[in-house]
Parts: sequence; structure tokens; C-alpha cells
Amino acid sequence: MDIKELYQEIVLDHGKNPRNKKKCHGFNKDAKGHNPLCGDKVHVFVKLDKEKKVEDISFEGEGCAISMASASIMTETIKGKEFNVAKKILENFLNMLKEGSKMSINSLTEDENTTMMSLSGVKRFPMRVKCATLAWHTFIHAAEGKEETAVTE
Amino acid sequence: MFMDIKTIKSQFPIFKNKINGKSLIYLDNANSSQKPKCVIDRISKFYSKEFSNIGRSVHSLAVTATNRFEETRDLMKEYINAKSREEIIFTKNATEAINLVASTFGEKFINSGDEILITELEHHANYVPWHFLRKKKGAIIKFAKCNDKGEVNVDEIKKLITNKTKIISITHLSNVTGYIMPIKEIVDLASEKKIPVLVDGCQGAPHLEIDMQKLGCDFYAISCHKMYGPTGVGVLYAKKKWLDVLPPYQGGGGMIEEVKKDSITFPGSPTKYEAGTLQTAEVVGFSESIRFIKDVGIKKIMQHEKEILEYGLEQIKKNNTVRIIGDPKNRGSIISFTIKGIHPHDIATILDEDGVAIRAGHHCCQILHEKMGIAASARASLGIYNTKEDIDVLSSSIKKCNKVFNT
Repeated sequence: MDIKELYQEIVLDHGKNPRNKKKCHGFNKDAKGHNPLCGDKVHVFVKLDKEKKVEDISFEGEGCAISMASASIMTETIKGKEFNVAKKILENFLNMLKEGSKMSINSLTEDENTTMMSLSGVKRFPMRVKCATLAWHTFIHAAEGKEETAVTE
Repeated sequence: MFMDIKTIKSQFPIFKNKINGKSLIYLDNANSSQKPKCVIDRISKFYSKEFSNIGRSVHSLAVTATNRFEETRDLMKEYINAKSREEIIFTKNATEAINLVASTFGEKFINSGDEILITELEHHANYVPWHFLRKKKGAIIKFAKCNDKGEVNVDEIKKLITNKTKIISITHLSNVTGYIMPIKEIVDLASEKKIPVLVDGCQGAPHLEIDMQKLGCDFYAISCHKMYGPTGVGVLYAKKKWLDVLPPYQGGGGMIEEVKKDSITFPGSPTKYEAGTLQTAEVVGFSESIRFIKDVGIKKIMQHEKEILEYGLEQIKKNNTVRIIGDPKNRGSIISFTIKGIHPHDIATILDEDGVAIRAGHHCCQILHEKMGIAASARASLGIYNTKEDIDVLSSSIKKCNKVFNT
């Protein structure tokens, strides 16, 4: 496999120009995630409405291209979705990274699906799976109001 | 005896394997070195023919095993030119060696308000143990500053020494910038005020000629797995005058003289500091690492690594997207770097696809990385088996990073 399968154009684009990398206005949940082994750090901000829909989501942080791209893709994908749906997407995403299964969830548009699938190359790099999942675990921590820092191990 | 690098490299079985279909270019030696066949075979032979626990039983195997184990102590004593074999203590690693000193020296000599002097270059293993002491005893840790070149000038240490300074604990060779600390000068300075000096020799021992009597330091911590030896073994060299007065470190079997319900007495060093069953086979295996280094010759190792280091710096500097961390005048075997716009972990993954093994991260030196204004770096660190061809592959792999990331 070519290294380009890990660093696909979509991943590189999100890594270089991450979307929603800011503190979103009016957030009511937030959590920090840290990967002590490699030093990746994210801070996820979420605006959840009364029905637990993700009205807005953003992040700040620093780390490798995979972690930044994954955080960026996450914010784009999850924005506007119910928390329970977001959780299902995460489950699906984790299966893709660990088992190599395809993203197969009705609530994703074709574009969203393609974007998520751009991270599928991570599967062949077990040491990098935690880079791709950090922001997602942090999002769950934020939404569920967990106080401790999210870790991927 | 003169051996060419190809012959030396052929003694390391790991290089027969392919990594991602490519020949292994191993540039992670500051982390741990590979093992020559003689070390691997020695461990196997020990378990096959000579194994028993040491120092306890009187049967023949126990005598043989004890002798083999103690031979390593003699070899080490000779290799680092310690005054006596009692000054060589086996630990599980260099980290434990430093913890041993921080714990026992701290217990006896460090009180609230006393100062421990370290530097901004230190590995976490030479900071965290002192931090525990800071918490426990209310001691103060002072950091001698490193400059932009990644050097700590002796003056920076000198100006921090006060009447409260109880110990100076410094690296011999920085595992990030490669800076070689002028240990002798610092020891001379410290001895004017009778302050003991501990040297973290993890990177020093595998790459420099080390002579305890010439260096004059009080403690020297060694990581055997970085010296082509087995994991699980460290050595603490300590001047006998300290070992005679410091309390034991861990309690258990093997380190006692007499045990009664109301009192326990302890023997002298090294027994006092070697509680429980030690990593016997690994210590025996390490004897072959010392022999291997002696056969190749530390001078030859230094000369070869210097040549490859200079070539490496020259080649890598040609790439204008690369920033090399530090530029110390006196430098050993280490090149840490960043590439503009590419995170070190991405660099490490791309290099790995070409069979190039480097380390990415903060290399257990967060304070230094913060000082240099970066969260992480990529590090290529040399060993005796590295060649100019390895550097060429590294350079072209770095270019591949540029290509993938379009930088």
C-alpha cells in the first residue's frame, strides 16, 4: 500500500486547513483530550440544544495531520446531528479503523461518507488509530459532561 | 582489532529482516540499540546450560551462575574504571539507578529548602525522581538554562550554586540536542563546595569514553540496553564513600545481614542495594555487550559515529524545510529535527514505510521542547552499525515527506 492511502487528499486538506478550529459561539459543553504518548491535544466545544442535537461544534488543539484532520472532519460531520446519531457514527468509525469495515450509516450523506472514508487508511497503522480517535472520544466526554481529560488508551 | 562497519553490522541478526519490505535503517539508538548475536546467544546459553538463582544456594549451578553474574560486575568495573567492584550496582534500568540515588541520598541528606540543581536538558528520568523529593521533603529544584544551541554553559550552573545546593544532577549527552556536557569542569566546580554530582550517562556510556576516576563524578547512571545489551539492566556507579553511608533502597531477600524480630542489619555494597532476584540472565548477557564494545573499541565507535553525524548534519541541512534542534559545538550521535508543516508523528510514519526507524515526540524532554518552542520533534540517533548510505535513505525519505505533504 502506498503511503498516499493514509495521507489522502481529503485528509491532507483537513489537516492543513482544519474546519471549525476555534471556540464556537455559545458552546455549553466542552472537554479536553490528551494523548500523553505523542502529545496530541484537543479541546472540543459543543453547543447541545434541549433535544440533545449538536447545534454547533468546534475544536482547538495541536497534533499530527491525522489527529487534526479527524477533528476537523468530525466537526463537519456531526454538526446538526442528534447526539445519539453522532454516537452511532463514532461506533461505525471505530469499526472502520479497527475492523476495516466500510462506513454504513444512513444518516450520512454521500459526501460525508466519502469524507469519513478518507480516514480508512489509518487501519493499517495501528499506532496511529489513537490519533484518529482522540477528538471523537473527547466529543463524547464533552457531550456527556465527563470532567476528566479524554484519553484514547 | 580493526573491524569494518559491514562486518560489525553483520553481527546483528535484526538487520536480516525486512521492515515493510525494505532493509532496516535503524536510527532510534538513543531510545534503545539493537543486540549483537553474541549477546543473544549468551542469554540462550545461560538458560540452557548454567541457569540457577545466584548468591543463595550452594549447588554447582548456583556457584556457576553467581560467578557468571559477578564477572559482569568485574567487566563493568574495568570498563568504566571504577575504583572497586563494590561501586557497581545492578538496577533494572538507568531510571531506577537515578531513583535509587534520589531516594536514598534524599532521605539522608536533603531537607526542606535544600536545593537540587539540574538542567533544562534533562530527560524526565533525571527530573521526576527529584520532583518526588521536592514533594516529600520540600526541596527546591533549580534548572540551569540551556541556550539556543541546546548547550548548557558551565557558567549557568555556576551561578545557581548556593550554600543550599545538595546535589547536582546532569546529563552527560543530551538525548535531544546531542550536547556533550563538560562533566569534568562541572565536577571540579562542584567539588570546591563539596557538592556531589550525579551524571545521567544513558547517552554517554554507549557513545563516549567513560572513566569514572577521570570524570570524578559521585554517581553515574547507565542504561545497558542502549549499549547493545539486554533490556532490564541498568548500572549505578557510585563512589564507595556514598554507598557506605546511604541507607538501603528496597528491602527484601538477598540484601540483609541478619534479620530478627526487633532489628535487621544490612551488609555493605553492592549487596545492600540489590534486593530480590535480579535480572540474572540479562546481566550475564550484558557481559557480552561490554566485550563487544571493547572488541570494536570505544574510540572507533566515537570516530565512526562522528563521521556519520557530520555527514548526516550536512545532508539534512541541505533541505531548507528542515530545522535541526540545537547546534551544540560539542555534539554526539543525535540529530533532532522538525520539517516545516509536517508533524513529527507523520514524519515517523512516512519514514517507517521506507524501513527508516526514528523516534518522534518529546523524547521525555518536555521542558526542553517547550523551551525550543515546539511540542515534538523527530530524532535520528546513531549507533555503530549506521552508515552514510543510511543517511542517504533518511534524506530521501525526508524528501518524500515534503512530497506527500506538498511542502
